[in-house]
Amino acid sequence: MDPGYVTLQIFNGLVNGSFYALLSLGLAVIFGVLRVVNFAHGAFYMLGAFAAYLLGLNAGIGFWPALLLAPLVVAIAGVILERLLLRRLYGLDPLYGFLMTFGLTVFIQDAMRLRFGLQGQPYATPAELAESVSLGLTSYPAYRLFVIAFSIVVAVGVWFAIERTRLGMVVRAATERPELTRALGIPIDRWVTGVFAFGVALAALAGVLAAPMRNVSPLMGGEAIILTFAVVVIGGMGSIAGAVVAGFTVGVLSSVAAILNPALENIVAFALMALVLLVRPAGLFGSVDPT
Amino acid sequence: MSAIDAGAAPQPRSARLRRWAVPLALLALAVAGAVLLPRALYVVLALDILLYGLFAVSVDLLLGFGGLLSFGHAAFWGSAGYVAGLAAKELRLAFPLAALAGTLAAMAIAVPIGYLSIRRRGIYFAMVTLAFAQMLFYIANEWRDVTGGENGLQGIPRLGFDGRSVGRSADFYTAALPLIFIGYLAAWRIVHSPFGHVLVAIRDNEARAQALGYPTARYKLIAFVLSAGLAGLAGSLFAIGHGFASLENLHWSKSGEVVLMSVLGGIGTLWGSVLGAALVLLLRDWLSGITDASGVVTGAVFVALVLGFRRGIWATAGDQLRRLGRRSG
Repeated sequence: MDPGYVTLQIFNGLVNGSFYALLSLGLAVIFGVLRVVNFAHGAFYMLGAFAAYLLGLNAGIGFWPALLLAPLVVAIAGVILERLLLRRLYGLDPLYGFLMTFGLTVFIQDAMRLRFGLQGQPYATPAELAESVSLGLTSYPAYRLFVIAFSIVVAVGVWFAIERTRLGMVVRAATERPELTRALGIPIDRWVTGVFAFGVALAALAGVLAAPMRNVSPLMGGEAIILTFAVVVIGGMGSIAGAVVAGFTVGVLSSVAAILNPALENIVAFALMALVLLVRPAGLFGSVDPT
Repeated sequence: MSAIDAGAAPQPRSARLRRWAVPLALLALAVAGAVLLPRALYVVLALDILLYGLFAVSVDLLLGFGGLLSFGHAAFWGSAGYVAGLAAKELRLAFPLAALAGTLAAMAIAVPIGYLSIRRRGIYFAMVTLAFAQMLFYIANEWRDVTGGENGLQGIPRLGFDGRSVGRSADFYTAALPLIFIGYLAAWRIVHSPFGHVLVAIRDNEARAQALGYPTARYKLIAFVLSAGLAGLAGSLFAIGHGFASLENLHWSKSGEVVLMSVLGGIGTLWGSVLGAALVLLLRDWLSGITDASGVVTGAVFVALVLGFRRGIWATAGDQLRRLGRRSG
């Protein structure tokens, strides 16, 4: 086996893992506070990519400002959806939130298909990162290295915000003991919209990062979300560390398996999920309650 | 989700006649309705309604009576279609045998998937079934020699037992009707059996059912496999009826679509699912002549349904009827 190719695949795996990590991170944060498994997370990822594409096309806004602006725009859309629709489902069985966000996904995806068609739109790699960097055994696109580094920084930042700040303390308390937190006089409901917006922004951020690498297409979110579900089951829902570790693990193992047989690439995540369900149903970092 | 009263009260002797007369009358009505359906619509749509109806019933069997929302039932509908299609095309099996092969294959696939999925409950169960279904989608996509990949499995024959092809769709509809009814009757029988009652008990309080000595995991697994069998029967006949098995039938959107039908009809009403399926298909059929935005409409219906119509058509209509009855009486 060519060691250069193996290195290349490991880095490709880290790139894919970055996306899984960012997506499952947002999913975990939203689930933690809202008790909603946001099926539309993939749609927000897709909208993030489209927002970057459209900002560039219509306003000439480049990649770097878009990295901040696009998640902001999509998060505003998320706030509107939360206020208008999701809010009405709190307190019901979480399955209803799942069903509604599924409906939203179908709606958003088809609306984008009608407007932009199914063929992907190209998005240019930022000029600063267009080169390749030598990694010794192989050379690698600088942009992809940036994606890995940036995702790790974001993941660590989110971890810090949740584990080490006052805001994070409230979020954790609301996640683990919502009734008790309310009883202590902390207005959880006021945080809910903000947390949803934050989770949606993370998905959109992943979308902007994906835009220069993958075609910006209405279908890009559908498959991403299901793989993210597998990642979340592996890591343990609601666990920040679990989301990140499982994301990178699935990414790297999938790419390494693809060296043996390209057909395996898409299957590894699910095989890993089956294994985790068999050995540790609550997930690698999950709490004891496996429901 | 919604609570269903499935308890069987002890019945006096005089009620015995009614106990049989009512279901038999309803059955006769259903048969008459199914026979007349192609006269009201065109025959392909009529067949689709009955098959998607059975598919939706299989989802409701798990969701309404077991409390398990499978978001991956396309796995059984779709893979049964491939197996039945291959059995008809390569082995030249008569269509009821090909459908049987598809049904059994779906049940066999459901054993490992069910075994792993029932280790989680509620929303996680939905996510896990969805993920496993997507795995089958990828496998079918890669296994081009067998499934035809993106082209699908084309030219599936509709063979009778005499080895001749059932040419007209109307003839196939009539020939397939008994099989479809076996599927519906099986669902009805499962729900009204002691097994079905235990399932409801587990749905309402699993810990209590366990304490009473029921092996709840085994019950849930059996329910999962039976439900997959019904979805498989429907999926087999769908593939044979259309002469085509495709990846689309394994796709996650198909799993969501059938959940929509089931919830629209009313969770835990069983027959409401058929109504839900009919409504979705009729809506889509009508829309296809007007617009290309069927996903937009389906998605919006889904959202509106969850927001304001969670109990579904069947239960809501039942309430209205009772209210009318009370007013007149």
